[in-house]
Amino acid sequence: MKVPDHDGWAVECRGVTYRLPSGTPLVSGLNLRVAQGETLVLLGRSGSGKTTTLKLINRLLEPSEGEVFVLGHAGSEWNPIQLRRGIGYVIQDAGLFPHWSVEKNVALVPHLDGWPEDRVRARVIEMLELVGLPPAEFAKRRPSELSGGQRQRVGVARALAADPPILLMDEPFGALDPVSRAELQREFRALASRLEKSIVFVTHDVREAMFLGTRIALLAAGRLVGEYAPDEFLHSTEPEARAFAASYHLGREEEVR
Amino acid sequence: MNWYDFLLRNRGEVIQRTFEHVELVAAAMAIALIIGLPLGVALVRRRALQRWVLGIANVVQTIPSLALFGFLIPVPWIGGVGASTAIVALALYALLPILRNTATGIEEVDTAVIESARGMGMTPRQVLWQVELPLAAPVLLAGIRVAMVLCIGVTTIAAAIGAGGLGVFIFRGVSMVNNQVILAGAIPAALLAILADSALGFLQWRMAKA
Repeated sequence: MKVPDHDGWAVECRGVTYRLPSGTPLVSGLNLRVAQGETLVLLGRSGSGKTTTLKLINRLLEPSEGEVFVLGHAGSEWNPIQLRRGIGYVIQDAGLFPHWSVEKNVALVPHLDGWPEDRVRARVIEMLELVGLPPAEFAKRRPSELSGGQRQRVGVARALAADPPILLMDEPFGALDPVSRAELQREFRALASRLEKSIVFVTHDVREAMFLGTRIALLAAGRLVGEYAPDEFLHSTEPEARAFAASYHLGREEEVR
Repeated sequence: MNWYDFLLRNRGEVIQRTFEHVELVAAAMAIALIIGLPLGVALVRRRALQRWVLGIANVVQTIPSLALFGFLIPVPWIGGVGASTAIVALALYALLPILRNTATGIEEVDTAVIESARGMGMTPRQVLWQVELPLAAPVLLAGIRVAMVLCIGVTTIAAAIGAGGLGVFIFRGVSMVNNQVILAGAIPAALLAILADSALGFLQWRMAKA
């Protein structure tokens, strides 16, 4: 994607509402800003509008009201296809193409953007190494021949392949076993701070939110409840934030036993 | 005289009728595929249309084949006695399995895969050709297989309206009360069906493995 000159926000939602055709709102009057290079975590229960918000950013959904700005330009100014190629997208279960090899999956966006073949190949190798999958061993495999954690790594490699300035991640580590999840969270945090991407990360796991986020935006029933620095989240007096804080402490107690 | 003696002695006509049979099936299948594949894809996008079209195709399928041939004969342009009427009827029969399997094959593709394909910036056309159709291919092929076998079977009846094919022997044998003549049509027709079924079955198996 040609990144236009701008020194504003990577992503900005201004009064965004999304309603289903039936009229039910999934997101209401959302104002949200993502600074360049930060990792904003959208935290909330199932159905709080987190995933909908991500899809409004890459225009898989169009807002019913309000406007989403990406890199300083209103969503409606972007060609949606070009916009999406400039935004990495990782979802739960990775959404890899089962009929393609790992290599071809990672090469998806570079191919769509018409990179020359040798550059694509070099980039795929670089990406697989970046996510800790030795290319010699993994490049030719099918997604079905990978573990859940490995699939998710390929998903991250695919999202990063065309070097997009923005990354959207929808509970990417949600379906993993606790050990692989912790491993990927650690590696991803290191990767995120090194690559200087603007990241919007969706989760319902408080600890993941506090570990990965530079900021946490708490959503409930499609509305923004509050924005917090990770270290102040547990001290919030807001009821929904306290409910999540309680789930954090509960988890801790179980660990101690 | 044994039936295969009869077959050998009349091999000229048996071969000719077999070719006629294959031609009828090929023409009908070509029409059914040309209409059925794009229409099946279109049905995935339009749910309301899907119910109507599959409903109509279902009704056509329940009409007994001989009756369907009968219905088409008085229709202007396509009707009349002969091969063209038969081909239209056969194509109508083959349409339902092709339509249904194209639509369900695409609908059964994992939504997470489609979602990520769109989210990564593939155009609708790229999603269709590079993701949906390849992943729907085994189901699609199963539909073509059913349609093909059905078509080969119903084509034997097309002889009743003067379309030719292996059914000619069967009807002639019935009217002559001669089993040898019946078998000269029935056996090649059955072999054709088995051959087509195994060939497409093999292709399906190869595809599932890949």
